[in-house]
Amino acid sequence: MASAADVPLRRTRAKTERGFAVAFAIMVALLAAAPFLFYPVFLMQALCFALFACAFNLLIGYVGLLSFGHALFFGWASYVAAYAAKGWGSTPELAIAAGTVTAALLGGIAGFIAIRRQGIYFAMITLALAQMMYFFALRAPFTGGEDGIQTVPVHRLFGLFDLSGEMRMYAFVLVIVLAAFLFIYRIINSPFGEVLQAIRENEQRAVSLGYKTERYKLLAFVLSATLSGLAGSLKALVLQFASLTDVHWTMSGQVVLMTLVGGLGTVFGPVAGAFLIVAMQNYLASFGEWVLVIQGAIFVFCVLAFRRGIVGEVASLLRLRL
Amino acid sequence: MIEIFGIPSQALFGQLLIGVINGSFYALLSLGLAVIFGMLNIINFTHGAQYMMGAFAAYLLLQYLGLNYWVALLIVPILVGATGVAIERLFLQYVRKLDHLYGLILTFGLALIIEGLFRNFYGSSGEPYQIPDALLGGHNLGFMFLPNYRAWVIVFSLAVCFATWLAIERTRLGSYLRAATENPVLVRAFGINVPRMVTLTYGFGVGLAALAGVMAAPIYNVSPQMGSDIIIVVFAVVVIGGMGSIMGAILSGFALGIVEGLTKVFYPEASDTVVFVIMVLVLLVRPAGFFGRSA
Repeated sequence: MASAADVPLRRTRAKTERGFAVAFAIMVALLAAAPFLFYPVFLMQALCFALFACAFNLLIGYVGLLSFGHALFFGWASYVAAYAAKGWGSTPELAIAAGTVTAALLGGIAGFIAIRRQGIYFAMITLALAQMMYFFALRAPFTGGEDGIQTVPVHRLFGLFDLSGEMRMYAFVLVIVLAAFLFIYRIINSPFGEVLQAIRENEQRAVSLGYKTERYKLLAFVLSATLSGLAGSLKALVLQFASLTDVHWTMSGQVVLMTLVGGLGTVFGPVAGAFLIVAMQNYLASFGEWVLVIQGAIFVFCVLAFRRGIVGEVASLLRLRL
Repeated sequence: MIEIFGIPSQALFGQLLIGVINGSFYALLSLGLAVIFGMLNIINFTHGAQYMMGAFAAYLLLQYLGLNYWVALLIVPILVGATGVAIERLFLQYVRKLDHLYGLILTFGLALIIEGLFRNFYGSSGEPYQIPDALLGGHNLGFMFLPNYRAWVIVFSLAVCFATWLAIERTRLGSYLRAATENPVLVRAFGINVPRMVTLTYGFGVGLAALAGVMAAPIYNVSPQMGSDIIIVVFAVVVIGGMGSIMGAILSGFALGIVEGLTKVFYPEASDTVVFVIMVLVLLVRPAGFFGRSA
């Protein structure tokens, strides 16, 4: 039954969707033009991190759960994908599938343990779990310890298409990342996504409305982990190595930073944040440890004065949901 | 040579001793975290960095001012605690009303800044710090060799933990503190300056971390990353113990240190991860932790 109150709601919804379509078109156009202007490897790296940050944002931005251990999924998927491509000679799609499935399984286990506690404990538990798996990665024979897995070969996609040119690889990465991005947008705007946001706003109320919030949170966690794994697997193929850096807690911190800078709970924010932070790291690489100080300062600044992030600020100026 | 479970007693008790030592640092750090969390509702991610600052402050005082260990033990907690007071006034007071997550992220950022600065100036290799003369040497107890300094660390940290527990649970000031944790508005209405108490509590918690750092300096190398290595383990300890209770934080700190030490003897490969594994088991069996009220 349509009441009068539904009409403005539908209108906002239509406006939101139009806003999204325009912004998405702009993003695709920029990303399609970018490899002619910038170094493709840098762009591919940024795209992988953009996907990672979007996956992470699904959890913090839409369920309100801060995971401080997402490097676990990114890094382990990266190892498995690299090992599949190098050790078993898997084609890219199989290597990526192997990494992504690994992350999904790890996400199921870690999520099952971590959602038993809320808020601040959730963050500490995910951090501790990731640290535990960091030590496993350090010790496990197949990860190559301190050296990591290097010179990962990129075989023909489906055994047919050659991905060896930078441009071809870029197109491949771009298609996957955009597909995953749309998938995340779809999740957020599905009835399932609405329940997630209800949990973020007031979990008790969602429970009292009859939702089994634990299940919703677990599924959101697994989705987030899986997509982080997809990002990690892609990264292993793009940069052709997997190393301890990817599973270290600093990587979990990086993804928090990217999402925070871009805008928590905005669809485009993590992408903007990831490009900014990856660019910053490339330009500041020669400054050594100052990078750490600068990143720390950005964290502090964002929390104190810039909580909406870049895209959040733009969205509020344009009165849109981006 | 005496053997227990096929392990030479020297090795067994030696690792057990290292376990108790680590446990005393876990206890001091999780105690500080619990005190700060109780009052500020913030998980202090900077805690590890402040522990590292304590160790570095002791090293710098000796290097540049010639002030020895005992002086450092006294003034470093005050100095580093003062930086904590500054941090609370400059930053933390603005995020207390926000979602917990922001406090965690803010203190994480501060930890990166501090660690980055120290790495910049002192590299990441680490500097040695001499054991004070009075505590050199050790005693042969027959079944093991007990270095004096390690005995001192255990005794002193137990004393500090107990004193803190006493101060919070048994004194008037402690009762104000506990009351303000429960209901700050009401306590304020009674004319107690709660914001100042919050600031000083943070300073105190940071001072505890710095004290642990000074004690750790002669045992481990003084290095910029010593804090981030330990803080994650301490988080796991806090999850296991729950942050609702001071005694819980102390007991679980020592207990986990000992378990970790024993793991080094019986299954060394797992010694890095045993605390995390226990955390997982505890979460599966008792989600609220051993001493915690459910969050």
